Amino acid sequence: MIETLRLTAEEAARLLESGEVSGDELAGAYVEAIGERDPDLHAYLHVVGEPGNGVPIALKDNITTRGVPTTAGSRILEGYVPVFDSTVATRVKEARLPLIGKTNLDEFAMGSSTENSAYGPSKNPWDPERVPGGSSGGTAAAVAGGLAPWGLGSDTGGSIKQPASLCGLVGLRPTYGTVSRYGIVAFASSLDQVGPITKTVRDCARLYGTIAGRDACDSTTVELQEPVAIPDGEDLKGLRIGIPKELNEAEGIEPGVSDAVAKAIKLAEDLGAEVGECRLPRSVDYGLACYYLVAPAEASSNLARYDGVRYGFRAAGDGDLTALYSRTRWEGFGPEPRRRILIGTYALSAGYYDAFYGQAQKVRTVIAQEHAAAFEDYDLLLSPTSPTVAFKIGEKAENPLAMYLSDLLTIPSNMAGLPGLSIPCGLSEGLPVGLQILGPQFSENLMFRAGHALEQVLAFDFVPERLRV
Amino acid sequence: MAITREDVLHVARLARLEIPEGEVDRVRDELGAILEAVGKVAELDLSDVEPTSHPLAVVNAWGEDESRPSLSPEDALANAPDPEGGAFRVPAVGS
Repeated sequence: MIETLRLTAEEAARLLESGEVSGDELAGAYVEAIGERDPDLHAYLHVVGEPGNGVPIALKDNITTRGVPTTAGSRILEGYVPVFDSTVATRVKEARLPLIGKTNLDEFAMGSSTENSAYGPSKNPWDPERVPGGSSGGTAAAVAGGLAPWGLGSDTGGSIKQPASLCGLVGLRPTYGTVSRYGIVAFASSLDQVGPITKTVRDCARLYGTIAGRDACDSTTVELQEPVAIPDGEDLKGLRIGIPKELNEAEGIEPGVSDAVAKAIKLAEDLGAEVGECRLPRSVDYGLACYYLVAPAEASSNLARYDGVRYGFRAAGDGDLTALYSRTRWEGFGPEPRRRILIGTYALSAGYYDAFYGQAQKVRTVIAQEHAAAFEDYDLLLSPTSPTVAFKIGEKAENPLAMYLSDLLTIPSNMAGLPGLSIPCGLSEGLPVGLQILGPQFSENLMFRAGHALEQVLAFDFVPERLRV
Repeated sequence: MAITREDVLHVARLARLEIPEGEVDRVRDELGAILEAVGKVAELDLSDVEPTSHPLAVVNAWGEDESRPSLSPEDALANAPDPEGGAFRVPAVGS
């Protein structure tokens, strides 16, 4: 019997290689687990159960997969079956990782809970009355719920890191430009990045290595500066770790979250790191406002393609072409995309551009500079990933601004194009707390090294308590 | 931040979103609250700061000018709501 809740991708690979388990048995075990638990968790929008002789994988449904429906969690792409593969899907195929299925997300990756999915929210395997986080909540719910050994999500304002944090998993938001966006349903092109959500840091490094690297189809990508190193060290000797005051003491961080993170920071010191305080004076204070101008502005451009002409939903009724566009788009998009398109269009419109979008681009420079200054004194920065543990379904859904605060701690480094690794560091009231490890661009190997060493001493059990036998 | 119904309808027209009449006021209030929050960026004096468009400055990502297979007409029309004669049928542009 394959115990999918506990099985890591590394162990699954070993079982396949030794012949203890066949590819079919392994793929079948996930399909069976989905049958048992997904009616409750709703992690998947479309199950494929592809056979094969590799470690099966779940892909967020904004990752284009040829011949397999791709909805981006929206009604406007209901029934859309891509005729091409994203580069990321191609690389996953080339690595022979069979596709389990496409996972749920907030519509167009806009959200922090999956409550904005047109197909209903996913549930947190730690407590199904709570959200798994978002927008990659479906992938996180699948991995934490034993419905996939690993998966891919995407991160624009924190959509990999935050669900990983809420579900007790490892999530990497890669350095901007190291993973191709070709075939990723675009939200904000200067921010979107695809990355792994896994049970361990080693699995995360392995999956990152599979998908990363320059792609001729995405001219914003670059070659990795060094090959991905699967971490195996135990100490943090020689590492200088900064604790940004504003990220760690922001308003709204729950005490249980602070406590768990403080313990992890102490462990980092025990492992030999030199720990000190640093400042990001304006990055946290102005980060959310900056993001909620830049991202919607870019989204208003990227979502202009959904017009009912070439694919997807088309509104019924009479009228001219403009009416077709306007009705299709209002009816096809849910409330959050509509909000963000309108905000973005306003911020870019004549007369408002300089004060809103133009100013936000300058704030972005300030954020990048503040982080660069911190990295002159420190190799890595630590903070909580999310101000809170998983909140109840419905708790923030009616209040967009409250929901946006979920990203308070993940957004600043994202604006600077920096990578971030979230690892589980403890529980608060029985729910997982995530530790955010931030590094300079191209520092993934260093983040993996630190994350792995901490993971070993933290000894966090990633199987949700209520699902353990 | 006070935005007017006219502002909302103007922006909605730019974005090709037809807001039902009964919802315009709600949308105006919602957008006003969000714009108030994000308008915070105006507090900073950044007159001598350069804007950032690209988080990673890549210059001249060249590719060879070689022709390669692209989408076939069948693939291009595969998801079309109303394909006809190898094209995408749409209502007239209008008067």
